[in-house]
Amino acid sequence: MAAPQPLLQVDNLRIEFPTRRGTLLAVDDISFHIDPGEVLGVVGESGAGKSLTGAAIIGLLDPPGRIAGGQIRLDGRRIDNLPYEQMRRIRGKEIGAIFQDPLTSLNPLYKISRQLVETIRTHAEMSPSQARARALELLDAVGIPAASDRLDAYPHEFSGGMRQRVVIALALAANPRLIIADEPTTALDVSIQAQIIALLKQLCRDHGTAVMLVTHDMGVIAETADRVAVMYAGRIAEIGPVAAVIKQARHPYTHGLMGSIPAIGHPVEQLTQIDGAMPRLTEIPKGCAFNPRCPEVFDKCLSHRPDLRPAGGSDVSCWLF
Amino acid sequence: MSLAGCSRMTSATIRHDEAPHPKLRVDGLKRYFDVSPPWLNRVTEGRPRQTLKAVDDISFAIEPGKTLSLVGESGCGKSTVARCIVGLYRPSGGSIAFEGVDFASLRSRAAQAPLRRRMQMIFQDPYASLNPRWRVFDIIAEPVRAFRLLRGKSEIVRRVDELLRLVGLAPRDGEKYPHEFSGGQRQRVSIARALASNPEFLVCDEPTSALDVSVQAQILNLMKALQRELGLTYLFISHDLSVVYHMSDSVGVMYLGRLAELRDAPALFAQPLHPYTRLLLETIPDLDVIGRRREPLAGEVPNPIDPPSGCSFHPRCPFANERCRSQRPELAPVPGGAVACHAVAEGRLAPDD
Repeated sequence: MAAPQPLLQVDNLRIEFPTRRGTLLAVDDISFHIDPGEVLGVVGESGAGKSLTGAAIIGLLDPPGRIAGGQIRLDGRRIDNLPYEQMRRIRGKEIGAIFQDPLTSLNPLYKISRQLVETIRTHAEMSPSQARARALELLDAVGIPAASDRLDAYPHEFSGGMRQRVVIALALAANPRLIIADEPTTALDVSIQAQIIALLKQLCRDHGTAVMLVTHDMGVIAETADRVAVMYAGRIAEIGPVAAVIKQARHPYTHGLMGSIPAIGHPVEQLTQIDGAMPRLTEIPKGCAFNPRCPEVFDKCLSHRPDLRPAGGSDVSCWLF
Repeated sequence: MSLAGCSRMTSATIRHDEAPHPKLRVDGLKRYFDVSPPWLNRVTEGRPRQTLKAVDDISFAIEPGKTLSLVGESGCGKSTVARCIVGLYRPSGGSIAFEGVDFASLRSRAAQAPLRRRMQMIFQDPYASLNPRWRVFDIIAEPVRAFRLLRGKSEIVRRVDELLRLVGLAPRDGEKYPHEFSGGQRQRVSIARALASNPEFLVCDEPTSALDVSVQAQILNLMKALQRELGLTYLFISHDLSVVYHMSDSVGVMYLGRLAELRDAPALFAQPLHPYTRLLLETIPDLDVIGRRREPLAGEVPNPIDPPSGCSFHPRCPFANERCRSQRPELAPVPGGAVACHAVAEGRLAPDD
């Protein structure tokens, strides 16, 4: 089943933000791994810490946010404490990144040929013309029609879906082994979203690239991911194979989350509703962070924080298990 | 063949005949935007005038107490329809009638005001639609004061307290500013404000798109409960088909400013007819199908300034033929509604293909 050594291993990661009113823990002691070629979905509501986790892995945490503890290892090698220059070489070559808004991840002043060639030549010994040929190959691979005509276009000349394809081409430019995709389809229309997901899945299968797919859309996860981690208030509530988490959600939060998504073909008068909202980082309760909203809360939840432990096919952090 | 004649025919077939007037009736609505280059460029560079047909001949009716949803991708004109209905845009053509009274027949704002009070709008982004410098109390009280519905501080306080409770907030929340609330609570404030003038009809433009799913469920449940209690009629705008499925009695699918399909919700979701509706339903990620391999449909929404000839969906449609490329289809009756598609009308495309 699991490879002897995972591609990415995250252990007890903590991310904190020092503020005038004290230090906020945005990601609080989370551990997970990604195997080679595997797609790990990370879901959660805004503020759950899922994007920060992705940013920490590629070394792009915005200051004053910082890694306060734990380790991130790529192929067994620690990458969370590397100096900037070394991390810059890993970023792009070993770990690619795709962000939500394709317009902000491309430089509007440069033709996409220049952006692609620059990325390719940063990571591989290639002449400019070789790199240009490779850029063309990449654009073809991500399904841009008439790629040779579009190579010298500026980002604004592309539609949203096409721009996201260019971003995917950039992320794949150096054949990374892991891609961090942070809400890659959120800014796109549904019919385009489907194209991008299919493309991402196919490319990763072809290249054996592992993906950490950060999204708030359970549907996208269901179709794409092998395993899924559900985050809540900076912690992992539940992590396991996608079928187990979606069909037999154990954690009351995951369970509520699933019920709150309207399902076509299953008419209900009322959606399951989780009352309240995720706590602000300043107001995370003692014990289990979900306890104020949990329908099954009991004494222990109020005082002790649950750790991830096996339940069914998944690992769940809940005192019920 | 006159377009106006066709639209009249279809809206009559859509309309159910039990009530003398539907709550809202939109007939042949058009909204064009002039997106021409500046005069100097037109003269010196010989560039033509350009018109964006954001909404091009749309007709539908909503019965009292029901919900009609408009779905479609960005740029299809669904929000423009909403804005025309509440009077934020002036229509370029067609009519909008509220309980049989045509807005165009009421010339002045003052003459329209009694009708406007009865229709309100909820916007997508609760961070942008609430004035950050006003207390929530004043935000909710504004329509009450603007329409002079109540006089005297104590009556207004009582009304605002009642509205806050109605949307699941506490009266003391009125003293707070919008930034002290989460996104879901802000949307509750927007709903309370929309309800402040006792409207019968609400236009909801993507009311939950900016919210997380668990909060979205709270807002959708609240909107359904309010509809039951207050007998509200909704025009619901969304790009999320699962939300539309949950909320709607009937659904209009829009593509490039026109209705592709307008049908009762159960019929549409059980048996979508228009190829675009089928595409939309196929492409939504589905929790029931884990690890599905999809056949994504190629192509994107064309530029609305220069829409394709004939049926505007034909470049992406697997069933398009010569007629689809040259002649624009009109809405024609089918079970549970109407569809604008030559392939369906000719029987080339069977319902269950």
